[in-house]
Formats: sequence, structure tokens, C-alpha cells
Amino acid sequence: MSAASVLLRGGTVVNRDGERAADVRVEGGLVTDVAAPGTRLVADVVLDAAGCMVSSGFVDLHAHLREPGKEEAETIETGSRAGAIGGYTALVAMPNTDPAQDSVAVVDFVREQGKRAGLAEVVPSGCITTGRRGESLAPLAELAAAGVRLFTDDGNGVQDPMLMRRALEYARGLGVTLAQHCEVADLTRGAVMNECACCTDLGLPGWPALAEELMVYRDVELVRLTGATMHFLHLSTARSVELVRAAKRDGLPVTAEVTPHHLSLTDDLLATYDPVYKVNPPLRSRADISALAAGVRDGTIDAIATDHAPHPRRDKELALDAAPPGMLGLETSLGVVAPRLGLEPRDLVRVMSWNPARIARVDARHGRDVAPGEPANLAVFDLGASWAVDPGRLASKSTNTPYAGVALTGRVRHTLYAGVPTVRDGVATR
Amino acid sequence: MRHLRSIRELGGEDLVGLLRLTDHMTEINQRPVPRVPALRGRTVASLFFEDSTRTRLSFETAAKRLSADTMTFNVSTSSVNKGESLRDTIATITDMGVDCFVVRHRSVGVPWQISDWTTASVVNAGDGAHQHPTQALVDCYTIRERTHAERMDGMHVAIVGDIKHSRVARSNVDAFGMLGARVTLVAPPTLLPPDVAHWGVATTQDLDGLLGEVDVLYMLRLQSERMAQGHVPSLREYSEQYGLTRTRVDRLRGDAMVMHPGPMNRGVEMQIDPSDLKNSMIHRQVANGVSVRMAVLFDLLGAGSHLGGQA
Repeated sequence: MSAASVLLRGGTVVNRDGERAADVRVEGGLVTDVAAPGTRLVADVVLDAAGCMVSSGFVDLHAHLREPGKEEAETIETGSRAGAIGGYTALVAMPNTDPAQDSVAVVDFVREQGKRAGLAEVVPSGCITTGRRGESLAPLAELAAAGVRLFTDDGNGVQDPMLMRRALEYARGLGVTLAQHCEVADLTRGAVMNECACCTDLGLPGWPALAEELMVYRDVELVRLTGATMHFLHLSTARSVELVRAAKRDGLPVTAEVTPHHLSLTDDLLATYDPVYKVNPPLRSRADISALAAGVRDGTIDAIATDHAPHPRRDKELALDAAPPGMLGLETSLGVVAPRLGLEPRDLVRVMSWNPARIARVDARHGRDVAPGEPANLAVFDLGASWAVDPGRLASKSTNTPYAGVALTGRVRHTLYAGVPTVRDGVATR
Repeated sequence: MRHLRSIRELGGEDLVGLLRLTDHMTEINQRPVPRVPALRGRTVASLFFEDSTRTRLSFETAAKRLSADTMTFNVSTSSVNKGESLRDTIATITDMGVDCFVVRHRSVGVPWQISDWTTASVVNAGDGAHQHPTQALVDCYTIRERTHAERMDGMHVAIVGDIKHSRVARSNVDAFGMLGARVTLVAPPTLLPPDVAHWGVATTQDLDGLLGEVDVLYMLRLQSERMAQGHVPSLREYSEQYGLTRTRVDRLRGDAMVMHPGPMNRGVEMQIDPSDLKNSMIHRQVANGVSVRMAVLFDLLGAGSHLGGQA
């Protein structure tokens, strides 16, 4: 089956060497032409890209697709569709599924379900420890041989420093990266929200910044000791940014991500008692938001990652302490992040696509320049488009977005995965 | 007033108004037949997800004396334990025709969540470590009964004990402050929440240094699990530092009131039999509970015209 050729007309191509107005033609899964506007290019399908940026498709380092195990909340298909709506062409699937992604069988299943859905490349991550229990190493080499490049126990930090040291030493020769959810669990027992003035008023147990920063510090030093590559998931505090900045200054092989919600929402939202704002790590202060944004601007933080975490409505109708943490992110990330960070398009694409593609080691297919011969995994987005989030109209199977009714600026118009439009004019093609 | 979920929902005038209204209820409670038809035809449902016989009986008695119908939702035998969500439970009971939910829950915020799901009024009878507004009203009324003053300007209240885990402390800090009192929290720093500075209260670990100058000494219950959680080294050490002993009582000013929201932990924060206390308000606190809750229910549900009537 040969896919129809596609012409993206009238947009501005964003590449590493700059931006320029150009029409982009795609055929057979590859970019065939990038030509000055008005050049005569013929294609089966012509998509309007006027007013839009055309870049490599976004890559999410942090998506909970919930399959296998919690298909009530999301499936790989619905999660991939949500990703496509958000401009993503590759999604790293977090391993806290049931069963967990700690065996080749489960990892292969996730990848295959991704292919079956065909809406984005679903890149399974693997667990660092068996069952994410933090007790013994998962079969890292076997999983690496099966194509896994990013390992994490996300949702749990690996608490035991000796086990983490072993994991980093063991991983060093495998050409893989370990990613840590930084949380010293002994400091966050029962915690519901940031430790702050608001938690004082509400009488809720606090999640202190220190619980994250202690583990960031420990792992930076373990990287120094072992020489292994490490990625820090969803950093949320000013001091964490400072620790990673110092580690990079020392030349250590560390990278870091931040979520759109940690760049936009503050801890006082918990005073609404709405569990939609409960997330782990928790929403923090305005000062933390500023420090995180500064970290993105100066390159300390490499990537925006959504931590897309769907939950069925009944789970988010529980009391604050009983409700599971997490919020949707794939469909709203651009519109949340673009106006808040105020980055040049190139720097925006760097944190949404180029850097995460490199960290996930999918940069042979994603995060490439838009140029003839390159894989046609593309996002076409309008940075000026304003829209309001309607939870009832999301592609995700769940509705737990914290941005319901919020006006966002920046929206994906078309997404092409392997040369095929998965999203056309903001609507999923299937 | 549509709901009473937190003292912070009240303005200072509302608070004083409720205390004045309580005077009427106290008068009703002194009649040979303490019952008025004020809330005839209204239904009050008590929804106690956490056991508290005292508070529940106090609310139900208050509702009955105002001639409201009462409904007790027994959580331990209900379908909440069969997988029904809280929201479904609320919708079901609302459909039966309920005007007011009285809610006690171990989790912070549940009364607010419930008020989003029902057209009925919601009274918070305690949510986690957050708020217990009717207890604060009871305490303010008990002090008022003694001082005969509508406000607490110039008074100094010391609240002693586990502030961090106490909904009574949070509600009372708000209420006493609203009435003009100066509040000092007396606790080991491990039993204070992380950021009390913005409450506008003083804090100290030195109970003895404060005894001679307070008008009200408000003792909180210390639960024994705080020791297991490492908040205090031992109950013995806690009671030595913060417990009310005969020696400490003797150092209080002669007119200083001693209060406790109950239930007491004898031998821990109370090392003295309260019946040996000259100025104990503890029995008044219990006695005033019904009148205060009558005032709250009447304010929420009443038409405002039946107060003088006889049942």
C-alpha cells in the first residue's frame, strides 16, 4: 500500500540552521522536497500550513498509556491519538503498567499495540527493578537487546542507593539511559501536596522539595561515580534545577525534563479540593515555576515532557488523599508551554522534539531537520492560535485535564507520522 | 449562609450573629419541652464516614429540637463499601429529599466535594486535619457565656498540643482571631504545620512561661500514634513538657479558663482530673454543643420566623 503524497503549503520550516518560509512535500514516508513558496510541487493531498511552523514531530519522554492493565483510563490507541493531536510522533510509554514493563514480552506487546494503532511511534521504556519494587534489577541487558533504551521505575524512585549504583554500573555498557523519578519516599509518606502555606491551612501532609532534591543530588553523585547516563524526570523545584545546572557545568552526562503543569500551575490550586490538581511530584510555588522556566531557557532542562497520566473519572472523584496523582498532558502541552516560555520557535522545537528524541535515542527517525530524504514525522503548529480546552472533546479516554475552560495559545494544525497525516486541521484522521 | 464548611467562610459579623442566635437556642433548651417547630418538614442527614458518636448525637439532637427529620447514614453497612462512589451515594440521598448533610470524613476537602454534587446545604462536622467549624463556634460561645462579651478583644488564648494534625486548632485559630483574640500555639515544632507564620499567631515551646498571662488555656488531645511516627520521643516526655498538671494549674491566673474539645487523654495532656479544675469549661463545651448546632442548622435551613413557637 503506498500512501498518498502530501504537500504542506505556506508554512515556515523550523530547522537547526534557522527558519524559512517553504513548502514541504512528503511521499513514501519521507520528505521529498523543501522548496521556496510558490515552487510548483504536486501532491495527492494539499494541507494549508499558512501561519504555521513546520518542524519535526514532537517527542514525549513521559506518557502513561495505561495499556496493559488500566484500559479503562487509556489505551495505547487512544493515548497515541491524543499524542497526535498534540503534535507528537513518538511517545515513550512509561512502564508502570500491569504487568509492568519489566520483561521482553510486555515491552514487545506495547510496541506492537503502538504499531497496530499506527498513530505515533510508541517507544516502550523498561523498569529498572523487577515490578518497580526497588528490590532487584530487571533484565536490563535482555530488554536493551529487545530495543529498550530508557529505563525507569517512574512513580517510584529507586530508594536503595546501593541498588541504584549497581543499576547505573550495569547499564553503563548497554548504551541505555536510566531515568529517575526523584522522591525519597520516607520524606513523603502520606503526602498529598507541596509543603507550603497552603498545606498548612488545609491540614494536608506536605511533600517537601527536599524529598526530590536529595535524590537528584544522590543520583548526580552516582553518575559522577559510575559514568553512566542519567535522565531526571519531571523536575519540580528550583533547587533541583540548580543541582542539574551544576552537574552539567561539571560535564556529567545528565539530562532533565519538566512538565507543562509544573511550568504553569501552582500549589494553591489544591485549595479547590479538586483532585484533578493532585500530581506527583506536586504542583509547587511561583518561585519554582520561574526557576524551571529559566532552566528551560538556559538549557539546564533539556526537554518538555507531559507526564500524561489519564485516570477514569470515578478515581478523580475520590477525596484528595485517596485520589491517584496525575493529569492529562499530551493534547495541551504546546498551548500551555509556548506562551509561558516565550521561546524562539527553534528553541521551542529543541525542547519539544530534538532533545527528547536524542534522550529517548529515537533520533534516527524523530527530531530530525525537515529536509529531503528525512523521515516525514512532522508537526505543523500555529503559535498564534487561541483555543479553550473542552475536556469532553479530548481524544484521550479520560478527562482529567487541569486546563478545562482555560484559554491556551498555540495549537497543532496537522501531524504527519511516517508521511501520513494523523491529524488534519486539528482533527484526528482516524 | 448556604453551607458551613470552614470558619473562613464566615465574616466576623456572621460569627457574632451565630453566637447571638445560639443564645435563643440555649433559652429553648431550658424549657420543659425543649422543642420548636422551626425546621418542621426539613430533613437533615448525618453522614459520618469517621466515627464520632458525640458530634453526631449533638447534631441529631439539635435537628430534633428544631423538629427536623433526621436520617443517619451508616457508612460501615452502606454501599460505599460495595464500590459505590461517594458521588453516587450523595446523589442517591439527595434524591430522597435531603435539605442538609452533616459530614464527618477523615479526608480533607470532602465537604466541599459533596457540596459540588448536591443541592442541599453542607455542614462540615470535621474533615481530616482541616476544619471543624461547629467546634470552634462551641468554644467561642463557651467563652462568651463566661465573659459576657461579644468579642474577644484583648484576650490571650494558648492552644497547646498537636496543632499539626488538629482540625479543632485550625478552626479555632481562625475563629479566635476573627473575634480579636491574641493566639499563641504551644507545641514541639514537630507538631506544628510547616508554615504557621502567615496565621498571625505566636508560637512557643515554653508552656510554663505562658501560664501566668493567658485568659484561656486550650488543651488538645495527643494521639498515641504520634509517638510511633516520631513526632515526640515518648508520651512521658510530652506530658512533662505540655501536660496539664496540678503545678501548672496553680500557676494559671485565677480567672483563666481551661478548655478541651474532648475526648481527653487522661495521663497525657490531662494529668489532672478535670473535675478538680476550678475554671474548667469542659462540661460547658459539651453542653453548648447542641445549642450551637441548633443555631447553625436554623441559620442554614430556617425561615427565621418560628423561633418563639412551641412544639
